[in-house]
Amino acid sequence: MSKKQEPKKKGAGEILLEEINGKPSGGASSWRKLGQTLAIPVLAIFSGLVLGAIIIAVTSESVYTVWAQSPLAAFGAAWEEVRIAYTALFTGSIGDPARIITAFQSGDDLEIRRAFNPFLESLVASTPYIFGSLAVALGFRAGLFNIGVEGQLFIGAIFAAFVGYSITGLPAIIHIPLAILAGALGGAIWGFIPGWLKVKTGGHEVINTIMLNFIAFRISDWLLSGPMRRPDSFNPVSPTIQESAMLPRFFESPIRFHLGFFLALVAAWLVYWLLFRTKWGFDLRSVGANPKAARYAGMSIMGTTVLAMSLSGALAGLAGTNEVLGLNHNLAMAFSAGYGFDSIALALLGKSHPLGVVLASLLFGTLRNGATRMQVVAQVPIDIITVLQALILVFIAAPAIIRTIYRLREPEAEEEGVTIRGWGGD
Amino acid sequence: MASTAVQREIKLVKPTRQWVMGFIFLGLAAAIWLIFSRSTDAGLITTFKLVPGGVESNLPDWQMPTLMTLNLLAIACAFLGGVQLFRGFGRRTNLVLSIVSALFIFGFLVWTAAGKSMNLTGLLNTALSMAVPITLGAFSGILCERAGVVNIAIEGMMLAAAMVGALVGSISGSLWVGLFAAVLTGALLGLVHAILSIKYLTDQIISGTVINIFAGGMTAFISSKFMQVNQSLNDPGIFKPIEIPLLSKIPIFGPILFDNNIFVYAMFIFMVVLHIGLFYTRWGLRMRSVGEHPKAADTLGINVFRTRYMAVILGGMMAGFAGAYFTLGSVGRFDEFMTAGRGFIGLAAMIFGNWTPFGSFGAGLLFGFSDSLASKVAILGVQIPSQLLGMAPYIVTMIVLAGVVGRGQMPAADGQPYVKE
Repeated sequence: MSKKQEPKKKGAGEILLEEINGKPSGGASSWRKLGQTLAIPVLAIFSGLVLGAIIIAVTSESVYTVWAQSPLAAFGAAWEEVRIAYTALFTGSIGDPARIITAFQSGDDLEIRRAFNPFLESLVASTPYIFGSLAVALGFRAGLFNIGVEGQLFIGAIFAAFVGYSITGLPAIIHIPLAILAGALGGAIWGFIPGWLKVKTGGHEVINTIMLNFIAFRISDWLLSGPMRRPDSFNPVSPTIQESAMLPRFFESPIRFHLGFFLALVAAWLVYWLLFRTKWGFDLRSVGANPKAARYAGMSIMGTTVLAMSLSGALAGLAGTNEVLGLNHNLAMAFSAGYGFDSIALALLGKSHPLGVVLASLLFGTLRNGATRMQVVAQVPIDIITVLQALILVFIAAPAIIRTIYRLREPEAEEEGVTIRGWGGD
Repeated sequence: MASTAVQREIKLVKPTRQWVMGFIFLGLAAAIWLIFSRSTDAGLITTFKLVPGGVESNLPDWQMPTLMTLNLLAIACAFLGGVQLFRGFGRRTNLVLSIVSALFIFGFLVWTAAGKSMNLTGLLNTALSMAVPITLGAFSGILCERAGVVNIAIEGMMLAAAMVGALVGSISGSLWVGLFAAVLTGALLGLVHAILSIKYLTDQIISGTVINIFAGGMTAFISSKFMQVNQSLNDPGIFKPIEIPLLSKIPIFGPILFDNNIFVYAMFIFMVVLHIGLFYTRWGLRMRSVGEHPKAADTLGINVFRTRYMAVILGGMMAGFAGAYFTLGSVGRFDEFMTAGRGFIGLAAMIFGNWTPFGSFGAGLLFGFSDSLASKVAILGVQIPSQLLGMAPYIVTMIVLAGVVGRGQMPAADGQPYVKE
């Protein structure tokens, strides 16, 4: 191939690669490079699942009873345990293929919807992860570690719930956007504080967001056990929001699939557009990649940091808002299943790119949803998903381990990852 | 060291700081007068009991007229504030700040217990036991960060060690074996953190987050798979308090300090040992030099990697010991997520305490005190919701971090991986 050839049209893989790496790729070997880029996450997920299988087998009592009789048979028993568990994981999250086929054969609308419910429920479970990990990813791109998603999510949920139940008589077309904006505002305030403190005083955002998490829990606890408690309830639960503030659901009960999922996709697209298609996004990424160079180029580090942190908080607030307006229709103390910390893992898994983040969130929403069935069928506690997540994250964070196991070559150029600096920073 | 001393001096006598501090003192004085005194009826009496519950003693209660005490406290704070504004305390500003804060807290106690009686010894006793895991967690942070490795995995290490301690303690039937296993668990997770952040150059905060997520998931998994199903696996018992003869008979302080289980005594011992080790031995000097300027240390022949590995593993062991406190020293059972963020608060205590053992203990005591005060206030039924009171230490930490009370002296190379050239 001669070098003077006309620049040919870029393939889809090439574009994806450019987006993931944030810089133009060159040459004909783009598909190979895409393979290299995707190899680490895919192998990390694979290795995580394998290790998870080992944990399931090792902690299974039936395997040990068989082991006492014949060690060889124990491997068969272990395989059977893992097969049952992972099958339950699949049918619980995507759906049971056999059931889907019979549903289609019967032609019953209701039956078809029911058969697809596990899949729809996975999308419902993924939604808060998408918002949360977008929040973390946006922070990472600006060189900020927003560990306070959990707190911002609570404050956002409080704002959304308050607007949701206290205002009456509005049409849904006004009430829903109002409640969503309130939730975003709540999160944004909780993100603004550490951003502003970092710029003004140099206080590290990791510690400040951890502290703000605790403060947010206490505020929620106080509000829900006092001022915001449902009058007829002894439990710390807020009143149910007005019907005009509930996000519409697409199917009748018990299918809970609601508008929030599409809002999350829109948010992901907006973050993508903001980061890669606007000047401000370019500034933000420059500040994240190299603050000194950005400063010499005349970019405002202060403004960018504060705004990035506030936007990150707003996204986190939307994660809480989504749960209140779309799913629970009220605010309870235990409504967040640790979305904030999981989001950090997902943002890393998705390489802080909106597309990757959405994919990672879908994966984990699916896993977590399927794990509920796995717990019932195979008696494997749902927490195995958290362990899987941690294992996958180890491989993502230290790709050298994956390269050693699978004998991959070192990448030619160091890929641009997320950049965070330690306490000191600059 | 000389240059730091000079820097501190310059910072402390900055005129803006003098005014800011003066106004803070005056503000606290005004708060005592406006919030506490104004809402107190004359003639009320505050009673403090000085004997812990269940102990026979003829020590009389400590009584005082509420309003007069509050007014005196306000005047004392205002006086100190005035002196600070016009003359300044110079190097002693932080000391005076702690005195004024103590007066404010005492004022709060007097106001809370107006017309009632409060068990002061019980309050301090709870504060001390609540301070133990936080302080030990802070020591873990000190060990890692003085060598230049940020450790936000203290929480996860504590949680994992708490579970392993309970599990092994129950199976073996021996508390000491359980404690050993807990410390070993901490060491193992410390090793993982060290390998990830030193060998693989993973970002240290990410590596710590991974360990936290892993520990949370794994402990919940094992707990619901085995320990909740089979209660005999979750019944290790606890270390009983050991009363030290003679010393425990000292009025007021005896029962607080000298009638505790091994974790409390160990905390005091670790505090002194760590202080001496860090600042008066060759080991400590080497460790700190690795944390301040690894390249220079390397040039002088100090093995940076080995020092950091040792420090992080030791830090993990300390976190493991702190975790064992929950199951073997306090509750006697493992519950999911029972550490409830104490590891993170330990991290805050370390920063608050300026990366020193004594400072961290002071900060840990402050956190523990506010926790125990919040629960006490909830019982006494004061107008302030206990949750809002419980927020105070976090807000104070943020203020400290913002440098209002003087910037901390963080190890210079903290969080930066070292790559040998």
